[in-house]
Amino acid sequence: MKKKSRTTSVFLIVFFVIVTAITLLPLALLAVSSLRPGSDLMRYGLNFNIDWATASLNEYRMLFSGANNYFIWYRNSLLITVVQVALALFLSACVGYGFAMYEFRGKNLSFACVLLVMMVPTEVILLPLYRLITRMHLINNMWGIILPYLVVPMLVFFFRQYLSGIPKDFLDAARVDGCTEYGIFFRIMIPLMKPSFAAMGIYQGMSSWNNFLWPMIVTNSITKITLPVGLQSLLSPYGNNYDILIAGSCFAIIPILILFAAFQRYFIEGMTAGGVKG
Amino acid sequence: MKKKGILKKVLYSQKVAPYVFIAPFIITFVVFFAYSIFSMVMMSFQKVAGPNTVFVGLDNYKVIHNSIFIKSLKNSIFYTIVSCALMIPIPLVMAVMLNSKSMKAKSFFRSLLFIPALTSVVVAGVVFRMMFGELEGSFMNQVIASFGQGPLIWLRTPGTVWMVLFFVCLWRWTGVNMMYYLSGLQQIPSDLYESASIDGASTWQAFWNITVPLLKPTIIYVLTISIFGGMAMFSESYMIFNGNKSPNNIGTTLVGFLYRMAFEQNNLGIGSAVGVIFLSIVLVVNFLQLFANGTFGRKEK
Repeated sequence: MKKKSRTTSVFLIVFFVIVTAITLLPLALLAVSSLRPGSDLMRYGLNFNIDWATASLNEYRMLFSGANNYFIWYRNSLLITVVQVALALFLSACVGYGFAMYEFRGKNLSFACVLLVMMVPTEVILLPLYRLITRMHLINNMWGIILPYLVVPMLVFFFRQYLSGIPKDFLDAARVDGCTEYGIFFRIMIPLMKPSFAAMGIYQGMSSWNNFLWPMIVTNSITKITLPVGLQSLLSPYGNNYDILIAGSCFAIIPILILFAAFQRYFIEGMTAGGVKG
Repeated sequence: MKKKGILKKVLYSQKVAPYVFIAPFIITFVVFFAYSIFSMVMMSFQKVAGPNTVFVGLDNYKVIHNSIFIKSLKNSIFYTIVSCALMIPIPLVMAVMLNSKSMKAKSFFRSLLFIPALTSVVVAGVVFRMMFGELEGSFMNQVIASFGQGPLIWLRTPGTVWMVLFFVCLWRWTGVNMMYYLSGLQQIPSDLYESASIDGASTWQAFWNITVPLLKPTIIYVLTISIFGGMAMFSESYMIFNGNKSPNNIGTTLVGFLYRMAFEQNNLGIGSAVGVIFLSIVLVVNFLQLFANGTFGRKEK
């Protein structure tokens, strides 16, 4: 019996070592290639053949030299992510709280609307939304990217779920003590929701930072685009931008990897929040 | 001064407060979602040319006879079916294996397998596009060369194009789906397995008769996100082909066709009609899914 479980154990570990190696291979390929000159990649293709004698951080030096728009894109992405996370967290928490703690007319209908937005892929309304943003004169403006997604249904759903575990007597007790409706929210509920803010912040942060399609549609000026859109624009058939493309792709993931290593639990919680059962 | 007092009283009353809390949602819903759907449906019956808008009835919906539309719809359905067939069982089996008692360093592997989910579709697209480049020295061509196969033009042949797209999908989402299953597995009481093994059930029998039925809610959830993700697929194809163009439309998806009509050819009427068709598909799938889930029956209780 014991022997059998040992064989299983060895088999499982070997299996996962292989799968993990294959999974990490593309990123390793990217990391190694970022040390090679871009002209090399254009001529020979992306592979692991690297001459360590000529390997250098030149690509990164070029990236940081300021002779390109990379850090303008980086800054745009960072700003949009921070603003969007802050607003979406706060507003979605308000909405989720409203749904979780109160009974009011039209509650079921409005919550059905939340579910409707959640299940319709944003790609469906790409065109009319773009026309609307154009008419609001928000093309090439970060608010054009942020405004339609101010309240995120996924977050509303999650916060409602999270708060529904808190007994409503809690509210009545606070009311008796003279706390206003908004006072309850700001002074009692927000502190209680802190753990869920971390996971949801990461969920929203990842989707804002990595968002590609909508920012690509809303922005077209070279200084207004976000990092993913900018990186995509470097992918020209002539390969003349490969220096920045590869090193830039690496540098787009590195901060996230560091954050992931530090806050793993919240990352996994946040990015799989959809699976939380009601 | 007095007026302000009344307003404050109303705003602070327990009856009005919930509406204040949900107002941000109602406003964004009406302005961005409901209005968009409304204007899309309107535009789908119109020919929009500058300031002149003409009502053309169902003319725009003739797009369903367009061969490229049919091809892109078929591509999306094909991608959805195959990606569901891959993304449901593979992560499930991996989650069960990882959850096994004999497995060591579970959280280490779990974290490493999650890493691809942190990359954007752009970074994933750049790496995979170049890995599967047509140069002889591209990584995948080197791999097949070691098996004695000649270099392939991966991104121009239908069979290999789809393979690359499924690779990207598997690579990015296996870790995430595995995590969904793992959290589902943790909720299954372990005594179920113990009593099954006392009764002489094999690992395989336990998997089919305990794990799969009890994970049904998670499986349905993964199925749902895979269907919508699959039908809405666009960015992956856009990255792999470096634009919304693929030789002979081998990689054009439903959203790709919508994008072409709406943004590249500026044909707002047809673009909207495709959007409405897409919306109808989404709603039908949702309805079927709710029905299969028994949600309607359960509500009666």
